[in-house]
Amino acid sequence: MMLSFFEKIGFTLKTWTSIVTDFLHLNLQTQYWVIFGPSRNKPVRSEAVFDQMVFMGAKSIIIVFFVTFFTGIVLAMQSAYQLQKMGAVMYVSSLVSISICRELGPVLTALVIAGRIGAAITAEIGSMKVNEQIEALDTMGINPVRFLIVPKFLALLFMLPCLTVIGDVAGILGGYLVGVYNLKINAALYLQTTYKFLTHKDIYTGLSKSVVFAMIIAMVGCYQGLKTSGGAVGVGKATTISVVTSFILIIVADCIMTGIYYFSNL
Amino acid sequence: MVSQEKKVAISVQNLTKSFDGRRVLDGVSLDIYQGEIFVILGGSGCGKSTLLRHMTGAIRPDAGKILFYGKDVTSLTEDEKEKVKRRFGMSFQSSALLDYLNVEDNVSLPLREHTQLDAKIIKVIVGMKLNLVGLHGFENLMPNMLSGGMKKRVGLARAIAMDPEVVFYDEPTSGLDPVVCAIVDKLIVDLSKKLLLTSIVVTHNMESVYRIADRVAMLHKGQVLEVGTPEQIKNSKNPIVQQFIKGEIEGPINYVE
Repeated sequence: MMLSFFEKIGFTLKTWTSIVTDFLHLNLQTQYWVIFGPSRNKPVRSEAVFDQMVFMGAKSIIIVFFVTFFTGIVLAMQSAYQLQKMGAVMYVSSLVSISICRELGPVLTALVIAGRIGAAITAEIGSMKVNEQIEALDTMGINPVRFLIVPKFLALLFMLPCLTVIGDVAGILGGYLVGVYNLKINAALYLQTTYKFLTHKDIYTGLSKSVVFAMIIAMVGCYQGLKTSGGAVGVGKATTISVVTSFILIIVADCIMTGIYYFSNL
Repeated sequence: MVSQEKKVAISVQNLTKSFDGRRVLDGVSLDIYQGEIFVILGGSGCGKSTLLRHMTGAIRPDAGKILFYGKDVTSLTEDEKEKVKRRFGMSFQSSALLDYLNVEDNVSLPLREHTQLDAKIIKVIVGMKLNLVGLHGFENLMPNMLSGGMKKRVGLARAIAMDPEVVFYDEPTSGLDPVVCAIVDKLIVDLSKKLLLTSIVVTHNMESVYRIADRVAMLHKGQVLEVGTPEQIKNSKNPIVQQFIKGEIEGPINYVE
């Protein structure tokens, strides 16, 4: 069937509108069950949330640590290369700590978790979808959003900021090693400057970003999982789309939030 | 006379549904009586699974009604629907057990979600239900350790966990060897008699039909061709029905077109 140019535009627009509305609807449903679940005598099972927290949080510590640790090292070396020319090597510490806490810690942690956890969420829910397990839950009168998605959402909402804190510390540690052992800055002085220049705002803007990133990863992962169709190939496709979408949305959200903090002087 | 007539449990009226412009159900009307085993028969893609999913409330129809004891279930709110769903049980073609839960947790899932019963009592109920399907003692196995027939039976135990009034079976014997088929068929008849269930079975296995059915409906291209006892269906004059139940290649049913 040949479509005219305008028909194609209309068709694309229609598909995208339905994707966006479905996605927002899923978000609303999830928040509904988080808020009204307990009062309707259907609270989220704490064991389910706890299981997810172990899987998402505790088991991601090592990979988050390594990614941010080495980024801290690279960042220190690259900035030292520039600062040496101006004789300002001292400021490596504040440069590393501030850029890690405000930007690289939250974003890199979120990207790592989107790859590790976002993919796992989509693959799990997607294969449940193609094996009729989601339909089975629905037929038993068990709401799949409340039963499957809310525990994942809550667990990630809590664990991603925690992992971000670990990432921040690891990044600062990486910078410290370069500063103290390579640039020969006095260890106490290095820590002192880090502490002096790092403000509360740097920490909480970073952590508030990671909360938003957690929502993006969980909801995109669950949405793509629930939308999966077409057997094993479908699960593979959905997982890829989930990770790519999360990556893009994380970067876009980061840009927007940085802009808000920058212009509003929050 | 009226009092002797059987009570209609589910009444499907003029059900119509299209997917992407293709009409899958085209004005289906059926009455299913309380306590009978009603088999919906038909070839691949004739709309029989779609019909079943309408009855369980998984799909909304384009037009038509489904009455469950006189109440239209297609126009209920989500909360009302959930209440009706608790009176249903469903056994899925792929068993649809949650693969991260063991047999006991799978069967007890609806009880834990819908009732405030004590864990001990739930354990007793689960034991009872597993006993009914002949799987007592398999509580701690994971679904991937079970054979196809056992999975079907666990699925069945889960379907009857909440003491439903109606149980739906989607292809209960597909992919099973003839002996296990016979076992599952016997189980369907047994459960239906012991628990006074209304059973609705979707299948294309003719042997099963003769073993279990009280009444049969033959579906073809989204329409009901014939409803009757297995005997009546066997002696039907309709060439489509005859070709289907005998499994002949030549005839009015043509999958190639």
